[in-house]
Amino acid sequence: MDQQLLADAVDNLYPARMQMAFSLGWHIIFSCFGITFPALVLFAEWRAYRRADADLERLAHTWAKAMGVMFAAGAVSGTILSFEMGILWPGLMERFGEVFGFPFILEGFTFFIEAIFLGIYLFSWGRLSPRAHLLTGLPIIPAGIAGALFVISANAWMNTPEGFEIDAGGRVVDVDVIDAMFNPSTAAQWLHMIIAAFMVVGFTVASIYAVGMLRGRRTRYHRLGLVIPLTLAAIATPVQIGVGDYIANVVAETQPVKLAAMEGLYRTGTGVPLSLGGIYTDDELRYALRIPWGLSLLVTHDPDGQVVGLETVGPQLRPPVNVVHLSYNVMVGIGFALMLITLAMAWTWFRHRRLPGSRWFLRGVALSGVASIVAMEAGWVTTEVGRQPWVVYEKLKTADAVSSAPGLYLGLWAVLAVYAVLTFLTVYTLRRLAHHHDDAVAPQEVAAEPLDSTGERPAG
Amino acid sequence: MNLPDAVLTVMFLALIAYALFGGADFGAGIWDLLAGGTAKGRPQRTLIEHSIGPVWEANHVWLIFVLVVLWTGFPPAFAAIASTLYIPLTLAGFGMIVRGGAFAFRKTASTPGMQRFLGGSFALSSVVTPFFLGAMVGGIASGRVPPGVAAGSVLTSWINPTSVLGGVLAVLSCAYLAAAFLCGDARREAPDLAEVFRRRALITAFVTGAVAIAGIFVLRGDAPVLFDQLLGRGLAPIVLSAAAGAVSIGLLLGRRYIWARVAAGAAVTAVLCGWAAGQYPYVLPAHLTIDDAAAGRGTLTAVLVAVAVGSILLIPALILMYRMFQTVPAATPHPPGLYADHDHTGRGTPPT
Ligand code: HDD
Ligand code: HEM
Ligand code: HEM
Repeated sequence: MDQQLLADAVDNLYPARMQMAFSLGWHIIFSCFGITFPALVLFAEWRAYRRADADLERLAHTWAKAMGVMFAAGAVSGTILSFEMGILWPGLMERFGEVFGFPFILEGFTFFIEAIFLGIYLFSWGRLSPRAHLLTGLPIIPAGIAGALFVISANAWMNTPEGFEIDAGGRVVDVDVIDAMFNPSTAAQWLHMIIAAFMVVGFTVASIYAVGMLRGRRTRYHRLGLVIPLTLAAIATPVQIGVGDYIANVVAETQPVKLAAMEGLYRTGTGVPLSLGGIYTDDELRYALRIPWGLSLLVTHDPDGQVVGLETVGPQLRPPVNVVHLSYNVMVGIGFALMLITLAMAWTWFRHRRLPGSRWFLRGVALSGVASIVAMEAGWVTTEVGRQPWVVYEKLKTADAVSSAPGLYLGLWAVLAVYAVLTFLTVYTLRRLAHHHDDAVAPQEVAAEPLDSTGERPAG
Repeated sequence: MNLPDAVLTVMFLALIAYALFGGADFGAGIWDLLAGGTAKGRPQRTLIEHSIGPVWEANHVWLIFVLVVLWTGFPPAFAAIASTLYIPLTLAGFGMIVRGGAFAFRKTASTPGMQRFLGGSFALSSVVTPFFLGAMVGGIASGRVPPGVAAGSVLTSWINPTSVLGGVLAVLSCAYLAAAFLCGDARREAPDLAEVFRRRALITAFVTGAVAIAGIFVLRGDAPVLFDQLLGRGLAPIVLSAAAGAVSIGLLLGRRYIWARVAAGAAVTAVLCGWAAGQYPYVLPAHLTIDDAAAGRGTLTAVLVAVAVGSILLIPALILMYRMFQTVPAATPHPPGLYADHDHTGRGTPPT
């Protein structure tokens, strides 16, 4: 019997990790829009109202509808995630639910506030005075940002667990949920994620209009659609690089093995170079580009500072180095590449008091949306895979958290199939919103003359 | 009432809210399924869409709330339920994805084929999802979910007579609630439809009552412990539920729709209370008591404080939402371009 259980758990481990990674990786894209898109939409609507600007109003309304669709996609994928926490990782929830479950309760309240006011905001478009309408949208912004804080604090806790003791019998005691929430990683991860969300939303929205402009649609409407989100993202980028340095220092201090994996560093040493790229085999990083003293400088702010290597823990306790190192390099590389857009904007602004309009600039912006999403996903892979084999760092192994239910591994295929359909529908709907602004309707809206189920408008 | 009981009560209240609001939402989808052919069903589908469009997301957050309170306050119970019952939970999850996705996206779908496909998915998943949730309740209540990770059978824990009863009752209750809710909405928007939904509410009320009575015999055979408890401590709520159901039928006959909603809600609430009373003091009947499953005092206290503070924000927001959708006329948005020319409409010049 125990043999069977063990065998099931072993079978389940890899598919369960993939299922979790896939559903989270999907959800997080829409979460970014839940966190920062409302601010962008309300800003556009506010300017439209202040300046009586019809183009901006149309833009704001299109964005608002897109926000409704994104929110629906985020809500359904988030619901599944909360099921998966128990379906896939009962060993984690059983032992530690009382320690890190609390922020999810707080998050429940922010979801309510978001869902309620988003419903009101979209429903009352054109039904309330502009001023009252703006007010109905306002609560969505703090709710999104607070919600991110709560959920991120749960993830940060898995990286640097605090707020409990384990007694002689191995039981979790003396739980302090507030301590657990505000653990050493929370502040850094939250800041880094919020700014990542600004970058993802800013660059993605701007890239859509950049593509339109490259195809010759250079109207004022398209320019506004490009400039507003792009300015936001361009400001966020240098800030993000600074915060990236801060979070890397937090990781070096609290999770040295993860840092060593990020850098592909086997031996603990002083005056360690920074390694870019390369392949890690046989305890060594080969073919990497090395910047002398780089890593010691970044981590300890001293060229001769000491950096801990992977050798300090047994082979069983090391994460898969190549995945972590590569995804870390991808994130940082894209961060600096996106900085070029900021620099180009700053340069033409200070030299010519205008925004760059060359095709090369637009091509760069057109790519920036996908690039920022890739950077964000790579960052998450760094964080999550870099923590392996632990699900709760140095407290609980992922292999001990996974469910031993027979057949669980089949869930991965089902999830992939369902999400493929969901992705298709989301993209399809957003495309229709972009191309048929006026007759497309967001899920929360109630059209004056609703579409009937054949898709034709009632005559009249 | 001790601390664990208090936290469980909070969770149970959220569960009732989910059963009422989420349930009416599912039920509306069921009526969408039964509305008939494309042309014939159009007015009904429009009404349904108007009624649930702006609120469906908020209605479903109740379920999230139930889950997070369960995993924080009673971690071993959550781990046992989610792992043993992972199949119906996954299927209910897929049902929610399909339902949410189809509902959200069908409005923008352009081709009739796509619209019909999405509409059908929405309606079908509205039946399937509450069925699986009800089946889970049946499995828990009949003592088939032991504590521990996947310690129960992953099949018979939800494929058994009590689960089937739970699933069928859940679907019927949703349909009944929705019909009762839609009568009132129909009177405001499309008065002739009110009669249609009135007839349906009456039929489902009778069918649900009949199934519930037949269910008592199912329980006697399949879950004798639960049966005894229901006839003991659970008897008062069950009788109350039957009474509320009867009252709602009377109110529907008299076309007093607002009160009929209240009575229908009371009937469903009372059934849930009967279940809760029937399995008290167990979270997992026959295996795990509330106190044994409960988290430590610190965590439970924090949960109660958070819920109290959160409610101060949440309750006014909920009231605002429901009031708004009941009072602001749905059919008259201003023409587009409102902001662009609002300085000509005398609404006040925009500050510069
Ligand atoms: C647009 C996205 C984006 C960009 C441009 C960057 N990051 Fe990042 N990074 C993230 C998006 C992100 C993220 C997805 O948001 C992560 C995953 C977990 C987290 O909190 O943030 C992350 C994690 C993450 C971690 C791991 C944290 C942990 O495991 O606790 C480190 C050390 C860095 N980042 C460092 C950087 C540096 C030095 C950057 C310099 C260019 C950088 N990031 C750019
Ligand atoms: C609050 C947020 C998050 C929580 C609570 C969380 C939780 C978890 C849990 C419980 C696991 C399984 C155990 C483990 O492998 O360590 C996991 C794995 C994983 N998660 Fe996260 N996660 C979060 C955010 C994310 C996001 C946004 C991504 C985006 C891609 C992500 C990517 C992954 C990956 C790639 C794995 C697999 C790691 C591996 O097994 O090698 N996570 N996460
Ligand atoms: C295991 C981890 C996670 C779980 C269990 C989870 C759960 C959920 C749930 C249940 C919802 C739907 C709420 C509704 O119905 O309105 C949701 C939405 C949302 N989640 Fe997550 N989530 C997780 C990870 C994350 C992460 C890492 C972030 C971002 C930092 C995030 C940010 C959001 C936001 C902003 C929303 C609002 C809906 C939207 O705009 O898409 N979540 N999440």
